[in-house]
Amino acid sequence: MAEFEPKIVAFVCNWCTYAGADLTGTSRIKYASNVRIIRFPCTGRIDYMLLLKAFDEGADGIIVSGCHPNDCHYTSGNFHARRRWIMFRSLCDFTGIDTERIKFSWVSAAEGAKWADIVNATVASVRELGPYTEYKKVAKYPEKEVSHG
Amino acid sequence: MSKIGVFVCHCGENISATVDCAKVAETAGNYDGVAYSVDYKYMCSDPGQNLIKSAIKEKGLTGVVVASCSPRMHEPTFRKACAEAGLNPFMCEMANLREHCSWVHEKGEATTEKAIDLVRILVEKVKYNHSLSEIKVPVTKTALVIGGGIAGIQASLDIANTGHKVILIERDPSIGGHMSQLSETFPTLDCSQCILTPRMVEVAQHPNITLYTYAELESLEGFIGNFKAKIRRKSKSLDEKLCTGCGLCTTKCPAKKIPSEFNEGLGKRTAIYVPFPQAVPNKPVIDRINCTYYIKGKCKICEIVCPTGAIRFDQEDQIMEVEVGAIVIATGFTVKQPDFFPEYGFGKYPDVITGLQFERLASASGPTLGEIRRPSDGKIPEKIVFLACAGSRDPAKGIPYCSKICCMYIAKHAMLYQHKVHGGKSYVFYMDIRAGGKMYEEFVRRAIEDDGVNYIRGRVSRIYEKNGKLIVDGADTLLNAMPVEIEADMVVLATAGVANEGAEELAQKLHISYDPYKFFAEAHPKLKPVETNTAGIFLAGACQAPRDIPESVAMASGAAVKVAGLFSQDELTREPIIAVVNRQAPPVYSSCVGCFLCISTCPYQAIEKEEIKNRNGEVIKSMAKVNPGLCQGCGTCVAFCRTKSIDIQGYTHEQMYTEVMALLNEY
Repeated sequence: MAEFEPKIVAFVCNWCTYAGADLTGTSRIKYASNVRIIRFPCTGRIDYMLLLKAFDEGADGIIVSGCHPNDCHYTSGNFHARRRWIMFRSLCDFTGIDTERIKFSWVSAAEGAKWADIVNATVASVRELGPYTEYKKVAKYPEKEVSHG
Repeated sequence: MSKIGVFVCHCGENISATVDCAKVAETAGNYDGVAYSVDYKYMCSDPGQNLIKSAIKEKGLTGVVVASCSPRMHEPTFRKACAEAGLNPFMCEMANLREHCSWVHEKGEATTEKAIDLVRILVEKVKYNHSLSEIKVPVTKTALVIGGGIAGIQASLDIANTGHKVILIERDPSIGGHMSQLSETFPTLDCSQCILTPRMVEVAQHPNITLYTYAELESLEGFIGNFKAKIRRKSKSLDEKLCTGCGLCTTKCPAKKIPSEFNEGLGKRTAIYVPFPQAVPNKPVIDRINCTYYIKGKCKICEIVCPTGAIRFDQEDQIMEVEVGAIVIATGFTVKQPDFFPEYGFGKYPDVITGLQFERLASASGPTLGEIRRPSDGKIPEKIVFLACAGSRDPAKGIPYCSKICCMYIAKHAMLYQHKVHGGKSYVFYMDIRAGGKMYEEFVRRAIEDDGVNYIRGRVSRIYEKNGKLIVDGADTLLNAMPVEIEADMVVLATAGVANEGAEELAQKLHISYDPYKFFAEAHPKLKPVETNTAGIFLAGACQAPRDIPESVAMASGAAVKVAGLFSQDELTREPIIAVVNRQAPPVYSSCVGCFLCISTCPYQAIEKEEIKNRNGEVIKSMAKVNPGLCQGCGTCVAFCRTKSIDIQGYTHEQMYTEVMALLNEY
């Protein structure tokens, strides 16, 4: 049986992490191809319901990444994202959603190598955790065929 | 039904080396709503762009997805191409196949699959794109400059010379700021007033500059291009039109013993006064707190002697409203005052003075006419000690930062002292010598090597008086912290430069942010040093951080260029990526319930309350409203909104949820 290939969705801000991931590309640093990036103007825009939706739709892991504290293009969006993340994480823990599958980090536009490291680390840890079928059990969703690969 | 065109770029071999571009185009061609799908070697080239343009025209495309490089690189290119073909530019999206896929993954099926996924999420997103038009905001081509020091003067002149109107306000009776108080300037030792006063006169005479001294900002409303400022013109008790500036009133005024602010308390002034002889405007104001008439109700000598009858005792403050398009803040800094240094006896011993006071002693226009004489008895000091970092770089004092200018002005002071007092001995206690700047290090070396100033690396623990001398107890850290005791005649403290009084209130009036030390915060520490987070408000000089004269002037010119750039347009064009609050038919009006959580989260004060009234003028609904001139499109409000009533164009809920769903559900 082929190795399990997790699906990772990355929610990133346009100004730091998206640009940082661009730098990973221009520096030709290789990383796992399991990640799909969705661009937001700012981490402050990221509605955490989207994370639940991603799990709903079959994501095995999630990365949320934006500008470092004090570097936000919009001054304070990343602080709001961080605060909301702390609340959201405790809510997830309470309801039984596996927060180990969500990686929250800061990647600046100059940290191309860091982006590759974060993706690789997340892919490796989610691969170890296996496919995320429990979420659907918690949410009482009918089990549906999710192809991995 | 949407008709979407997918254009997959090979980018030479940059993408096609690892991604099967033909397969991506073929797969995308089978998606619902995709009317046309093609791959091409260079999509950004002229033939590539023509391919897009002709497809838009021939197939009647309603949306375009270009799968090529990062949108941060070519989004403007392809949006422009779409616009040229008659498609709304905001109906074009880009899938990042190069930076986020082909360059970072090995050749293989998984990489092509990822490319297909990336195209699919944008195809699904573009179905929910809306035609947007750029936002136009008119510009009032008048600038308000707050603060008439060297930075404000420079900014005003630079803006005025580009042909735009400037309103310059200054809270003191004269413009000139701290620079007018200085004796000589480092590293050239040219006279400060000689280079400054011509500029001051130029400001007063410039046809494009309206100068209001003794005036402060009362309040500010509006946004970039469209500010409304209220200015309080404090009463000068004088009809400026009648006053000729003859100065008779100031010579006859009986209240003569008021410490002069301009001379840092070392000289005296009268109650009706001009702060210094070269003041601009050179017309007096009455200091009502010290004026005999305002205290005792009688005197009026100035009114009696005034040959033109210009004195107005009953004059009141005036509030004036002006419309401006941009604001330059140049309110400068101040230095820490006596009570801050009990260990140095500041305030207790009259011969322990600040650097700014020394400037006045050394100045030809100062209280001693440029002779270095100590304040207590007027004797020429034979031994003088300068203390660097008095307060600065001292976390215990709450000022962990370096005040930046002190190392240089101490070298200058010591030099001036050596030039004026032959045979005198000068000592400098320092932590480090920070002389970064053109000709700065050479200047400090000159003080040490040519003028024989004794530099001692170490701190001073205390200063006390003994037998008429000031005993300076310090340590020389280059000699293993050996105690040093100097019997000095005078001590000069290089007191920390701190944010101006009232900086906090001003920042709140202007809706700009400030750092923990109350210096105003720039929009970006490296790339936007003169902008603030509020569009249309710029910073110049030491209100942002301690700055020397060349830096303040450079900043002022930089801010002036930003203002001139803003004023070069009749209308401002902004990307329509902004938040909007939904509107519905009455009686609902909007799903917004008016909790106004968004107002507290918005970093730009772009959201305001809107009241909907019925015909009788009664408020029937209170809801949020986004000011498109101020909104920068971060979307923080969108994530906060509990009723999902506020949405951001270009990144709507529909679009983002669609992206997530498209990404994970293969067709």
